[in-house]
Amino acid sequence: MLDLIVFLVLLTLGYGFGRRAESQHYKSIIAREKQLQSIPAVGMKVPPLARPYTVTLVCGNVVISVDYFKRFLAGLRSLLGGRITSYESLLDRARREAILRMKEQAAGMGAKLIFNVQLTTASLTRGKRGGIGSVEVLAYGTALIE
Amino acid sequence: MLLTNIEIIPGKRITKHLGLVQGSSVRSKHVGRDIMAGLKNIFGGELKGYTELLQESRDEATERMVAQAEAVGANAVLNIRFSTSSIAVGAAEIFAYGTAVVLE
Repeated sequence: MLDLIVFLVLLTLGYGFGRRAESQHYKSIIAREKQLQSIPAVGMKVPPLARPYTVTLVCGNVVISVDYFKRFLAGLRSLLGGRITSYESLLDRARREAILRMKEQAAGMGAKLIFNVQLTTASLTRGKRGGIGSVEVLAYGTALIE
Repeated sequence: MLLTNIEIIPGKRITKHLGLVQGSSVRSKHVGRDIMAGLKNIFGGELKGYTELLQESRDEATERMVAQAEAVGANAVLNIRFSTSSIAVGAAEIFAYGTAVVLE
C-alpha cells in the first residue's frame, strides 16, 4: 500500500514539475534561437567564403533527464510498441540546447558562421535499471571568424 | 596550437603530417551529484552537475591530445572528433582524437 502511495506521489511530482520544466525550456530555446539566428550552424565541410578568415573549434554540451511520469509512460509504450514521444521531446530539447550553447560560445568570439557541425549523443545511465533516463548531447563545429 | 574539426585549412599548406593524436579521460561523478541527479530523474530537467563534469573531462581529454601533439612537434590538430562511452555504471569515458600536422 505504501509502495503504491510513493509511486503515485512520484508520478504526480514528475508530471507537474516535468511539464513545467519542459515548457519553460522550450520557451527559452525558442527565444535564444531567434537571438542567434544570425550565426548559422551548417553541416558542410568547406565554408562558402573566399575571403581570408581564422577558424577555431567550438562546442556545447548538455545533459538532460526525463521525468518520472514520462519514464513510466515510455515503459508502458514499450509494451505496445510505437513512437515514444516522451523521449523524442527529450532528445529534441537536448540537441537544440547543445547547438545553442555552441552558438553562444561562437557568438562570444565574434564568429560569423559555424560549419562542419557534428552531433554526438550518449546515454549516461546505460546498464542501469530503468533504461535511457538521461542523455548527453555534444555539438561541435568549426567557427569562422573574419 | 590550432584546433579544428575540418580537414584542410584554406590558405595554409600542410608541410608535415604527423599521424593520429589522442587523449581520453574517464571520470565518475561524486555521490552528492549522484543524489541530485537521482532527484532530477523524478522532476526532469537539466543535470547541471553532469553537464559540467562532462565538459571538464572533455577539456581534459583535449588537453591531453594537445600535449601529445606538442610532443611530436605539431602546431595544429585537424579533423578532431569526440566520442563518449559509458564503460561502467556511473562512469563515462570521453575520448578526443585528431590528426597532428605542421602548418606553414
